[in-house]
Amino acid sequence: MRILALALRRLAASLPTLLIILAGLFLLLQLAPGDTVDALAAQMGGGDPAMMARLREFYGLDLSVPAQLARYMGRLVRLDLGFSAIYGKPVAAVILERLPVTLLLMGSSLSLAFAGGMALGVLAARRVNRWPDTLISTLGLVFYATPSFWFGLMGIVLFAVNLGWLPAGGFEEVGAGHTGLRRAVDIAWHLVLPTVTLTLIFLAIYLRIMRASMLEVMTQDFVRTARAKGLGETAVVVRHALRNALLPMVTLIGLQAGTMLGGSVVVESVFALPGLGRLAYESVVQRDLNTLLGIVFVSALLVILVNFVVDLIYARLDPRILAGR
Amino acid sequence: MQTSRRTLLLSASASAATAAGLLPHPGRAQDGQRRGGVLTIHMNGEQRILNPALRASTGVYVITSKIIESLVDLGPDGRILPVLATGWEAAPDGRSFAFHLRQGVTWHDGKPFTAADVQYNAMELWKKHLNYGTQLQQDLLAVETPDPHTAVFRYARPMPADLLLRALCDLGYIVPRHLFEGTNVLDNPANTAPIGTGPFRFVQYERGQHVIAERNPTYWREGFPLLDRIVWRFISDRAAASAALETGQIQLSSYNAISLSDLDRLKTDPRFTVTTKGSEANAFNNTLEFNHRRKELADVRVRRAIAHAVNVPFFIENFLYGLGKPAGGPIPSTSAFHPGGGQPYPYDRRKAEALLDEAGYRRGAGGVRFTLRLVPIMNGEDVPLFATFVQQSLGQVGIRVELVNLDIAGALTRVYRDWDFDLATGWHQYRGDPAVSTTVWYRSGSPKGAPWTNQWGWQSDRVDQLTDQAATELDPLKRRALYAEWTKAINEELPIWMVTEREFQSVGSKRLVNAFTGPRWASGDVHDTGLAPA
Repeated sequence: MRILALALRRLAASLPTLLIILAGLFLLLQLAPGDTVDALAAQMGGGDPAMMARLREFYGLDLSVPAQLARYMGRLVRLDLGFSAIYGKPVAAVILERLPVTLLLMGSSLSLAFAGGMALGVLAARRVNRWPDTLISTLGLVFYATPSFWFGLMGIVLFAVNLGWLPAGGFEEVGAGHTGLRRAVDIAWHLVLPTVTLTLIFLAIYLRIMRASMLEVMTQDFVRTARAKGLGETAVVVRHALRNALLPMVTLIGLQAGTMLGGSVVVESVFALPGLGRLAYESVVQRDLNTLLGIVFVSALLVILVNFVVDLIYARLDPRILAGR
Repeated sequence: MQTSRRTLLLSASASAATAAGLLPHPGRAQDGQRRGGVLTIHMNGEQRILNPALRASTGVYVITSKIIESLVDLGPDGRILPVLATGWEAAPDGRSFAFHLRQGVTWHDGKPFTAADVQYNAMELWKKHLNYGTQLQQDLLAVETPDPHTAVFRYARPMPADLLLRALCDLGYIVPRHLFEGTNVLDNPANTAPIGTGPFRFVQYERGQHVIAERNPTYWREGFPLLDRIVWRFISDRAAASAALETGQIQLSSYNAISLSDLDRLKTDPRFTVTTKGSEANAFNNTLEFNHRRKELADVRVRRAIAHAVNVPFFIENFLYGLGKPAGGPIPSTSAFHPGGGQPYPYDRRKAEALLDEAGYRRGAGGVRFTLRLVPIMNGEDVPLFATFVQQSLGQVGIRVELVNLDIAGALTRVYRDWDFDLATGWHQYRGDPAVSTTVWYRSGSPKGAPWTNQWGWQSDRVDQLTDQAATELDPLKRRALYAEWTKAINEELPIWMVTEREFQSVGSKRLVNAFTGPRWASGDVHDTGLAPA
């Protein structure tokens, strides 16, 4: 009950921010030269003015900017995200199609990065300034500094083109008609390369944070106490230090949720995945205002949700945080 | 060696037999011809709607031409092939044109195809909405349907038969009247779930992933199509698309959808065919547009100097992998209307400098004569390369060029709606007849804001007059002569510069049987194309 009240309070506090973001973005996009009909003409390779005027009317672009904004906000209040110019169907439906792919890809790579970063970070911290630490830190830096499209393409060249172990792209086997478990396995198969590519990027950050945090916690009094009472090194690290060192990691997850929901344009393009990142990119290039605003709206809602969950996790990891509220 | 030569001879004689019409049932699949298989085609961008009666673009055709059919199609050597129209005749005054329609054809939803469908498409879709169609059919008064299998087009002015038939290969697609009539055509569900008369039936469109169509069992060409299914996969990253080709996930990519460097690499790969065949119907140019409102560019000597200053063969050799040649004018050499003649202003830096001096723009401080802003219109991967090449070439003759980089919607607005540019560069696509795609780049009177039309602030009575004359001249030979004169007038004035002349490249798996057969094959129905087992 208390959690529900807290959630509602959070949501209410975020609403004004949300409206300001949407209105701001709407006005910002008016500054971009060209509208969705220009983008369409570009795609078609020509269009006469009468036809373009008819299309502008069809997309509601013949109204003044304030009128368009008022109309958009009016619809938004009724939770209607409007109609997508590129895809010819309601924005809500377009986003809903893409959301599972994005959540699956980003969820799995973030978990993998979190788990891997945690393990490697602890390992590096325990062997600080010795060769395992140097090796792990250097590798992390290399992963972080390498552009993800390069990783992705090299992965495709090696594992798909040369070795033929993994598919080169796509979300699933097109038209294979798999269902149930077969389909899940097929999708997992297709997501191996993109997930690993994205993981390598995130991994470095988690690794560094975990290492630093572990090093700091290991110098604290309660660790010395734990050692003094005769606990083994493993028990000290796992039961006492790790839990406390996790707090910054959780913060980072909360912060990265935004990035995560925005999707990764690069990885989605390289692996031809139908995610939100590519959708947002397409919407900007094609000046599809409704879709873009819809994506921002949905992402913002999810970020609010994730941060709320992160707060709950803080409280669970460190009860002092809730006590202070 | 001997075996391969024999196979070659055999296949050559087989195709000769087909061409001569010697096969007993031209409409039936040949014995031993491979049936079945799923062809997967690469698409590099999503199309907003899948309706070729509303949108004329190669991206739309690559998908919809397998599902929806046109009245006529383009055969080898530019012959017009009957599709939904079986025959046609023009009245001597050129003001009416009768099409006899194929009987016994049904839409994929089971309703019969009749002249009423043709009438509706021509009057309501082609004349009102279809890009390039609105202009082609602007003088169309009515389509009469004396019987269910005859459609008579009535024009206010004479319409050359060769122009109309060639244009209808692209602009003559028919969608069912019963689904569109009385609805908002732009908003019709059949725009994204197309229904036609073609060899394949639409199955599914997953946004951002793929479109699927399957064999139409009641197709009017008995025994066709050969393939079971066609899948179009959307892969926007060019490098990823060529990887998908190499792993066999896709078997075909047309219209330069993968990068020139990959095309060059796959050319030597025995698993693939890289060819300009199958898309000869469309040629394209790299262009350089001048804004004549700038006083320097209003001087023809400056425009010629700019053309002389750019080493086009060098650009083609080093940036386009040798795929192309310098253009001799607005009409490509592959077209029957090409009057002959090569690059009018070949590379000559000294001449360029002399012309600029003569025009009164001497080198000032830092050796700079004047500064121009160049807006690249990014509709091809080589556009930014050419923009940079122009910048450096003109820098050498003392014209400083600033690049104004915008995405395509922004660039189009800047050039065509706001006229806020000095130079622009992009692609011009030639669509078979100068009156369809090309004269609009030069004819005056185009309303402000219409992309890819004359918005240069340049006008020539003579060019306008020749354009109009050629568009209504019924005698094909006289039309060619008029376009030769037109080309001469344009090359003289150089209002804008068609720099290169190029053909689209396709890459296909060697497993494809009977592929790249006609000049519009990539935009065609592929009913007789098969796929050998992997």
